[in-house]
Amino acid sequence: MKKLAVIGCLLMLTGFGLGLGLKHFEGEWAGVDETVVEKFAEQANRPAHEPLINTDQGDLLLFFFLLAGAAGGFAGGYYFRELFPPKTKSAVHASRI
Amino acid sequence: MHRKSLLRMTFLWLIGGTAFWPAPAMAMHISEGILPAPWAVLWFAVSLPFLWWGLRELRLRSLQEPQLKPLVGLVGAAVFIISCMPIPVPTAGSCSHPCGTGLAAILIGPALTVVVASVALLLQALFLAHGGLTTLGANILSMGVAGAYVGYGAFWLARRLGAGWLVAAFLAGLLSDWATYAMTSLQLAGALHGETAFGRMLVTIMLAFVPTQLPLGVLEGFLCVGAYQFIRARRPELLKMSPVGGSL
Repeated sequence: MKKLAVIGCLLMLTGFGLGLGLKHFEGEWAGVDETVVEKFAEQANRPAHEPLINTDQGDLLLFFFLLAGAAGGFAGGYYFRELFPPKTKSAVHASRI
Repeated sequence: MHRKSLLRMTFLWLIGGTAFWPAPAMAMHISEGILPAPWAVLWFAVSLPFLWWGLRELRLRSLQEPQLKPLVGLVGAAVFIISCMPIPVPTAGSCSHPCGTGLAAILIGPALTVVVASVALLLQALFLAHGGLTTLGANILSMGVAGAYVGYGAFWLARRLGAGWLVAAFLAGLLSDWATYAMTSLQLAGALHGETAFGRMLVTIMLAFVPTQLPLGVLEGFLCVGAYQFIRARRPELLKMSPVGGSL
């Protein structure tokens, strides 16, 4: 209970701090790839190219997410027991120490 | 590597990435076309021996520890997600992402972290326009090699010097993040300095990363501590597979 209260307070403080920061800061929130990497690259006349395989066209990216999610979900379920084997007696004992 | 295991690991990375990522990332990975060909080739040449060593270690260690491959798959999924996750940094007004390689290096060792980081970076370059195929070698070297070996070294050294695991894990997360961005700065400065002195360009790029990466590195330190504490409390047997061994 005490632990939950501490975690809750920490989360609230973090949320409050972040909210306050976001409200009072007029940034564009671009990634450092734009603000640093590409900025220096453009200054050196080496602008970034289009990706060789551009999936960011219409709903194409969503389609890839769907495919990969389905494949990954199937594999995760199929190998569930290998990924999360039941705890052995010695492991249970070790976690209690 | 066994074909079935390779497929299993790839699927785990895919599930991790697809579950959470709806748009191209905002990150430190060097985009397609930024590095001139000789530099791109050089960074491939430097990073490939680390990748080869990692694959060799995966094969040898998994013969002794059959549970290792599923763990490597899970850690790979975690690295994929963490290194795609843009976090707004109010002190800088921009976004960047942690790397996850410090945590991965503690759990599976730096050599295997190079392997998982390489697969994560390849998938990101292929499907998310995050990084690039021609710059893959440079990105593997910064995130995979520098991040993993610095994070692992920090953890190992801190434990050797008698620091608690909490401090050691924090340092691993923090320093692996900063090492990644320092290496990216070095790569950019080397390729783009032109007539400006290399050292001056390096300092300029590093300073440009500071407002975002200084706080984000601290955040990654806490992330590493939290994840490590969780695993230590819930699944301590997983830590037995870590090459840090007795220093856990």
